[in-house]
Amino acid sequence: MTITLDSIGENRKVKVVSISGGWGIRQRLGCLGIHPGDIITVRRSAIMRGPILISVHGNQVALGRGVARKVVVEAE
Amino acid sequence: MKIALMGQPNSGKSTVFNDVAGYKAMTSNFPGKTVKYTLTKFNLLGQTIELVDLPGTYSLTSFDLAELEARKYLLKGNVDVVINVIDASLLSRSLELTLQLLELKLPMVICLNMIDEAERKGIKIDVEKLSKILGVPVVPTIALKGKGVKKLFSMACKIGEEKRIGKTLNFSKDVEDVVTQLSTQIKKKQIDQEFNVPERFLALKYLENDSYFMENYEKKSNNLFKKIVHFQNILKETHGRQSDVVISSERHHLSMNMYESVVSLTRPHTSLIDYLDNILMHPFLGYISLGLIFYLFFNLIFGVGKMVEEPLLDYFYRLIPLIGKSINPNTLSFSIISGIIQGLAGGIAIVLPYLFPFLFGLAILEDLGYLPRIAFLLDAFLHKIGLHGKAVIPFILGYGCTVPAIMETRILESERDRFIASVLATMIPCAARMTIIFALVAFYISPQAALTVYILNIIVIIISGKILSRLLPEITPGMILEIPVYHTPSIKVVLAKTWLRMKEFIFIAWPLLIVGSTVLSLLQYYKMDMFINNFFSPLTSLLGLPLVVGTTLIFGILRKELSMLMLIQAIGTSNIAAVMSTTQIMTFTIFIIFYVPCVATIAVLWKEIGSKRTLFTIVFTSILAIILATITRFVY
Repeated sequence: MTITLDSIGENRKVKVVSISGGWGIRQRLGCLGIHPGDIITVRRSAIMRGPILISVHGNQVALGRGVARKVVVEAE
Repeated sequence: MKIALMGQPNSGKSTVFNDVAGYKAMTSNFPGKTVKYTLTKFNLLGQTIELVDLPGTYSLTSFDLAELEARKYLLKGNVDVVINVIDASLLSRSLELTLQLLELKLPMVICLNMIDEAERKGIKIDVEKLSKILGVPVVPTIALKGKGVKKLFSMACKIGEEKRIGKTLNFSKDVEDVVTQLSTQIKKKQIDQEFNVPERFLALKYLENDSYFMENYEKKSNNLFKKIVHFQNILKETHGRQSDVVISSERHHLSMNMYESVVSLTRPHTSLIDYLDNILMHPFLGYISLGLIFYLFFNLIFGVGKMVEEPLLDYFYRLIPLIGKSINPNTLSFSIISGIIQGLAGGIAIVLPYLFPFLFGLAILEDLGYLPRIAFLLDAFLHKIGLHGKAVIPFILGYGCTVPAIMETRILESERDRFIASVLATMIPCAARMTIIFALVAFYISPQAALTVYILNIIVIIISGKILSRLLPEITPGMILEIPVYHTPSIKVVLAKTWLRMKEFIFIAWPLLIVGSTVLSLLQYYKMDMFINNFFSPLTSLLGLPLVVGTTLIFGILRKELSMLMLIQAIGTSNIAAVMSTTQIMTFTIFIIFYVPCVATIAVLWKEIGSKRTLFTIVFTSILAIILATITRFVY
């Protein structure tokens, strides 16, 4: 089942299926090690629909809700 | 020999730079741009080396202006060696930039930095093997402790002399075929001369749809453009993904494969610092710590500043009557001398005691890696004023100086966000205005009153942000921000950074301060200040301020702290409380905080957001200042 990254709870591991944004967002996520096929763990979710904190390839990245909504993932 | 440091943000590039540069570092601007880079010269084995620290870039496909300038600098091709600084604990991701740098076919050395941090994380890297795969020397370093840095630079010199170039690693066969076919097409057209980069690099940039190269190209020839689209489509059809995703995935796989073949994983050692985020990024404790950290931070600055300010000011103001004994106080030369002394005093006794601890503390927070955490915590709030979390970084820098804050707004992706953030940044009390708040409000009224000024200021900024984002209703693109591991700041690097920022004050602002106070002395001597004061009298009477304040407002446009220093000079005593009531002090401070940004800020705004929007900012902030100061007069 595929869902978007913003709806994943804390401490869950998911696999990136695709990134539904445009060229810019694909490239910028790619630079931080987020490509289709990569494994992501959701670490934290900020209050008031704030950003989520994920870890990918041993590195932590904060993604705004709007950005996270564009990352299509499947639960492991 | 010219060496350029290139690496991803937070890779420790600047630490490597500071190991050899120290206080001798200079900042410079890219031609015609406000993007800054640092450079230094040093001697190594009898050779003069020019070392350039380029802005951190994640990839050679650039998004923000700083990255673009860094790339242009490399493409211009007068760099003899590139040192690619890599955070060893993030090897696989970092190698993606390394692969792109290799595509440029420049002599290169890899600096495998933070090797201790990698080992702590349980990542052991086979350095020899990595060097063999890439065809370039790999030097492990711990830049924070200066380990391996000497070896790194002597290796870089050697490679520069030999002009040795690394290997180009091939992608999967079908992708590589497309790349080769496209690059032969480019060669035929000789278009590569335009950019002075290898054909393969250019072919990859075309397949990645990099707008910088595409724009230049479309104008040239439609025929080649069709070919590019043709090859992009081949990749798209065979892989079922956009061609840029295909290329970036290829690099990703190459890096991952390399990573797997050179790394052996052991058990990671956890330390206390790993648990720090459980508090600092906690949905509740995080905000409490944020408030506490800044409260302590400003208290400390005030504590240090006050301790130094009082005795120094006393000393200087005892000096002037002493001179009055030997030179007649009614002569021109006495006016000039006392003007110069007051300018000197202003710098030493009022500004430096607050400026230094502030910049020092800010550099520590920066190097510790706390700023991105603040961006994470405040993202949701910044969305309320139409921005996103990253905007908090220029805002915090704004508490130091508005000029770098406005430059920093370019980490924001959209033009609208940069405009709103720039206007709001001008309203943040910079160190110059901080000295006014501290030396007037905190000193003569109370530290609590100073805190109130800061809180009110934030409220005004929020309201202004809301107004501006209403005027420009566009959705902010959202935040993508790396949260690096905490690093223990090195005192050497922190001091070097502080010094680099202090220099600006010492060599630019201070002379201006001395000239300014001498000019004011002369104006007073020839009784010309009355004209200016009379001109400003409608404003000063509206705000209920003494008439003499008028002149000081003009100086405030040059540098904000001049207002206060001029105020002391204009009213003729360092004991302001004897002449002005607390209400007047408060009104004056509020007005100074908001009205017209200083000259340096106007100049940088002009470059960044254009003349019309700069004029808008000046008018907007002036009106705001008058309204707020009038309210203060009647309410406080």
